[in-house]
Amino acid sequence: MTDRVALVTGASRGIGRAIALALGKSGYTVVGTATSDAGAQSISEGLAAEGIKGQGMTLDVSSSESVDAVIKAIGEQYGAPAVLVNNAGITKDNIMMRMKDEEWFDVIDTNLNSLYRLSKACLRGMTKARWGRIINISSVVGAMGNAGQANYAAAKAGMDGFTRSLAREIGSRGITVNGIAPGFIDTDMTKKLGDDQRELLKAQIPLQRLGEPEEIAGVVVFLASDAGAYITGETIHVNGGMYMA
Amino acid sequence: MSSIEERVKKIVAEQLGVKEEDVQENASFVEDLGADSLDTVELVMALEEEFETEIPDEEAEKITTVKLAIDYIKENLQ
Repeated sequence: MTDRVALVTGASRGIGRAIALALGKSGYTVVGTATSDAGAQSISEGLAAEGIKGQGMTLDVSSSESVDAVIKAIGEQYGAPAVLVNNAGITKDNIMMRMKDEEWFDVIDTNLNSLYRLSKACLRGMTKARWGRIINISSVVGAMGNAGQANYAAAKAGMDGFTRSLAREIGSRGITVNGIAPGFIDTDMTKKLGDDQRELLKAQIPLQRLGEPEEIAGVVVFLASDAGAYITGETIHVNGGMYMA
Repeated sequence: MSSIEERVKKIVAEQLGVKEEDVQENASFVEDLGADSLDTVELVMALEEEFETEIPDEEAEKITTVKLAIDYIKENLQ
């Protein structure tokens, strides 16, 4: 277990950072990625402060070349990733009638096309090892929809379909593929919302509060562990009860 | 050192879980040896490792029989 490598995209802050630290504390060597060198540096420092083996790396999930280079570097330095957490994501909200091409395509590319690039690049190592975990961080919005987030919701719902298909494809090789759909978690992404909006949201949540990043990270650790080995193709909703399927 | 033919057949037998004597040169991985599409990808990965080479995807897709695998290795490694 301790020599397994976990790769977490978008790990410089928010949910990704919590996931990287939680996997590290449970014994994984962790590589966390960020879009900027400063972000990667901050990941390295965060891991080192907790005595976790691994580092931050700079990665643009919307570039196949960048993905290939990072996977190669990880393989040479630590060994092929056994756990891949596709967490990197962005929002560019707008109502449909005002949405720009760039807002649509950027969100689809970073949030959804990245799954294709990262998963494909990691599958070789996982197939060879006959063990792997792919965990995709989607969103409650992919299931509920949200006005002003058609691009984000489309990407997130796409991730859930990807999760189910890939789970069927590679289950025979000991690789599980699951999603986690967070509700409203207290991160920079949701801090963009105004106070009024946050209060309105809380009223919709039976647990009456936003979630903490660590409450998503705990589910990732569970899915990656032996205790989660029989779960595949599932998207687990972690949202304080705001949406119940 | 065994011949390329022997090494290829050994890998095919190991990867697809069949007996070496069933791995005839004209055998198709999918139709005769029971491979599925994922098996064929893994088979190519195993060949790449054995012969320390990289087989591009567009070439790998054409390697559908034992003979085609042997021919590919011979042409590209000699």
